[in-house]
Amino acid sequence: MLGKNILGLENFSAEEIRLVLKTAREMKKIIGGGVKKLPNLRGRAIVNLFLEPSTRTRTSFELAGKYLGADVVSINASTSSIVKGESLRDTLMTIEAMGVDAVVIRHKAEGAAEYAAQVVKPVIINAGDGAHAHPSQALLDLFTIEQFKGRLAGLKVAIVGDILHSRVARSDIFGLTKMGAEIHLAGPKTLLPRFFEFDGVTVHENIDAAIENADVINILRIQLERQQSGLFPSAREYARVFGINEARLRLAKDDVLILHPGPQNKGLEISNAVVYGANSAIHEQVQNGVAVRMALLDLTLNGGQL
Amino acid sequence: MSIHKFHANINDSLIIRGGRVIDPANKIDKIADVLIIDGKIAAVDDDIKMKPDHEYNAIGKIVTPGLIDVHVHFREPGQEAKEDFLSGSKAAVAGGFTTVATMPNTSPVVDNAALVRSMVARAAEVGIINIKIIGAVTKNQAGLELAEMRDMIDAGAVAFSDDGHFDDNAKIFLNALDYLYGTDKVIICHEEETSLVKDGVMNEGRRSAIFGLKGRPSVAEDIAVARDCLLAEYTGGRVHIAHMSSARAVEIVRDAKRRGVKVTAEVTPQHLTMTDDCVNPTDSSTKINPPLRTQKDCDELLKGLLDGTIDCIVTDHSPHAAEEKDREYIYAPSGFPGLETSLGILLTDLYHKNKIDLPTLISKMTCEPAKIFNLDAGNLSVGSWADVTIIDAGLEWTVDADKFYTRGSHSPFVGRKLKGRAVATIVHGDLMKLL
Repeated sequence: MLGKNILGLENFSAEEIRLVLKTAREMKKIIGGGVKKLPNLRGRAIVNLFLEPSTRTRTSFELAGKYLGADVVSINASTSSIVKGESLRDTLMTIEAMGVDAVVIRHKAEGAAEYAAQVVKPVIINAGDGAHAHPSQALLDLFTIEQFKGRLAGLKVAIVGDILHSRVARSDIFGLTKMGAEIHLAGPKTLLPRFFEFDGVTVHENIDAAIENADVINILRIQLERQQSGLFPSAREYARVFGINEARLRLAKDDVLILHPGPQNKGLEISNAVVYGANSAIHEQVQNGVAVRMALLDLTLNGGQL
Repeated sequence: MSIHKFHANINDSLIIRGGRVIDPANKIDKIADVLIIDGKIAAVDDDIKMKPDHEYNAIGKIVTPGLIDVHVHFREPGQEAKEDFLSGSKAAVAGGFTTVATMPNTSPVVDNAALVRSMVARAAEVGIINIKIIGAVTKNQAGLELAEMRDMIDAGAVAFSDDGHFDDNAKIFLNALDYLYGTDKVIICHEEETSLVKDGVMNEGRRSAIFGLKGRPSVAEDIAVARDCLLAEYTGGRVHIAHMSSARAVEIVRDAKRRGVKVTAEVTPQHLTMTDDCVNPTDSSTKINPPLRTQKDCDELLKGLLDGTIDCIVTDHSPHAAEEKDREYIYAPSGFPGLETSLGILLTDLYHKNKIDLPTLISKMTCEPAKIFNLDAGNLSVGSWADVTIIDAGLEWTVDADKFYTRGSHSPFVGRKLKGRAVATIVHGDLMKLL
């Protein structure tokens, strides 16, 4: 994977996904250890170009780079020349000219990471481009599922909520179907994309059918401004009809694993009890995120030698 | 490619010898000579025995009335970094077009007689091709108050349009139709219901769902076309549907025409030949409104073109500066330049694939648009202005943005190997050779 641009899981083979997960398992041991510093990326420079707000993904990538010994600089939209009207091409070329090895990019525009990969030579890692893709999030979801379930193939994974606007859903779907999991989507019809038909993916009109007997439920964040756009009538009704609470959870398998990419709207798409309940792996996901991002940086910049 | 002015003196005589003359307005399709004297067609006949000042050997080529494009954006006034009347006119000549009509969504919007008059004067000053001016329907194209359309007619406006967007206010649109009643002017309608295409950047379909890009569903066009056909029927006014893209909308227009509604329609080469499979979010050249749709839509548009539901072909020539298009898909402006590729695309993808015959194709680019817009153009009748296009239907060439005359650079046709193009364009008897 040396030099590979991480744009979306549609461009990953199952072997590549397995390699990332295997490498991440090694990386996770380091995060748990006393001295969190490897020499793998010493002398390498990584820029986090975050043109959309982010806490966990940006911090996660920043720490992942630092744990591997790289020099990491983070640029936020509000402090970048983008606000002065500099084009994305020129911003990227400026960063490239400073001798950077990898650019981690978060951008509102779908396709922005792929565009970046066409414009400059450093490795591009997509940390979320609009509603298109969020490959590192999907890989950490796969990692977390495998950690708890021991496998990915044959699992029934429900993804519920705002599929329409979700880059996480799209990347999860590509990653999980590639690994042989079965995907069930549900949410209000207003938040489901039309024409979204793939092998291994079933779209449900009723949330109960989607989570019935599920091994995993990934609950997507509902942005409150969607209510103002007329996509659902009220947070209260959303929570009642589509929210995941303990009662609804009983439809799934007893050992169902609960994921959420965060940040959560408790009482809306997920109840407080479910966030902190025994089935929740939400906080484990955050730690796994650092491990997976370490794996991605190491594999793309070093080819993977540990 | 460069444009060489052939004529020294516009009063000279010129014979175009031995070409296949296709003049659909006069139902002519035969090998003939075309004699031009004093800038006008003097004769179209077999073997004209006269020694003119100049001769053009058109053996093996096709000789047609100068092509007409009633939907271009020449960006004057105010957006000259994208295009101006001079660069746009050269692009037209290179593409075989002798008459164009410019859309009013400029800066400022062409919504009053003073601006129309200055545009008419500017067109005469540039003087390479015939540039006709389309005025706005509403002030600043805002859809709130009628623009002074009667004044604009007197100043030379040939039609009216709020192109670029749909006029959501049905009452204002109905008023515009009533207000123009009794004139010979048509309203050109951009048909996408606004709330359904808000923030949308491509056709709503499987591909937009995969990319996560917001869609512009075809039903937005269908609703708009249906409303405007109904209002045309109700008022007796004339509506011209701009750049059709949806299969269902073709049916709606066909039905309206059958019932005698005064509706006409146009389609672009891109909507006839490209689908949303061509869309990639890293390349904004495919970003157009209405968007590229599906093969079924392409098929129905062609069917509509052939059965007369769709009257004419336009380019929707919409150049933008390179730096405006070279950016994130969702932020790039919509549109690309079409004048220099239109004929080549239509010949390659339709004519050479036996999907349309030449007389039909030429009629959709000459006499049909002339009829809708009451233009004194689009035929080779004796006594009319000698606007002529000479086409080599077998000439192979590759679309190269570096060779464009338009200031626009981003076109999805760049790199396409095409068969057929204009090799000479004559405007009012003035011959410009292209190769």
